[in-house]
Amino acid sequence: MSEMAYEKGQQLPLQTFRVTRADLVRYAGASGDFNPIHWSERTAVGVGLPGVIAHGMYTMALAGRAVTGWVGSADAVLDIGVRFTRPVPVPDTDEGTEVEFTAVIKSVSEDDLVTFDLTATCAGEKVLAQARVVVKQI
Amino acid sequence: MPLDQSFTGRTYPPTEPYQVGREKIREFATAIGAEDALYHDVEAAQKAGYRDVVAPPTFPIILSFAAMEQIVTDPELGMDYTRVVHGDQRFSYRRPIVAGDELVVVSSIDDITHRGGHDFLTTRAELATPAGEPVVTVVCKLVVRGHGE
Repeated sequence: MSEMAYEKGQQLPLQTFRVTRADLVRYAGASGDFNPIHWSERTAVGVGLPGVIAHGMYTMALAGRAVTGWVGSADAVLDIGVRFTRPVPVPDTDEGTEVEFTAVIKSVSEDDLVTFDLTATCAGEKVLAQARVVVKQI
Repeated sequence: MPLDQSFTGRTYPPTEPYQVGREKIREFATAIGAEDALYHDVEAAQKAGYRDVVAPPTFPIILSFAAMEQIVTDPELGMDYTRVVHGDQRFSYRRPIVAGDELVVVSSIDDITHRGGHDFLTTRAELATPAGEPVVTVVCKLVVRGHGE
């Protein structure tokens, strides 16, 4: 899509994703990661967590959605990497919690590779660091 | 006891080929709330030049996570998986994964370090077709928390 003409330093608009316990159960089934800290309050608290937390890989999948959403192309991601810095606690409520993403364009290469530096926050705390996604600008 | 750093560089045998299913891609995309046509609609994917629906960027975790069993359950390495925290994750693509692909995973240990009472283990999974075409490299860094906290 020719609307992609990113420039270094460009800010991307906020995207917000809601995360509920039901999302985590569905993700556990789809991904095969059945670690009980993602669905059992008893287990999560037992290992010292504040409660059930989202799979890091669920948050990372949302980062992928944020980028494909900005770019407008579901197959644009060439490289995606993150560091998990803080858990995303998901309370047992209808609302669950929210993860917010913004990004800034770190670089645009001569062969049209665009590097996004993402910021992901939950309740005001950064949950990812070094979150970097490279897409091919078309 | 810290992990044995001599395991750095160890490569595990390839997995049996994994059949990337159209419904599995749709299920995964639905689970992450991604409604993009390329992940769900065969016609839309074919119009974009693909043989079948395309997998979302983090889909290969299904294969790499399963393959990592070889490492975390390696009795010689002796990891305590109950103390493992996911540190970093990265996917580097040569091309998108498409339904109908067959993928073999070769897992390796790229690095083991010990600092501050914790072990840091870097694993790499190379996903390729049975014919040897590389598709995606998956790097996962795990932290094994020490007992001295």
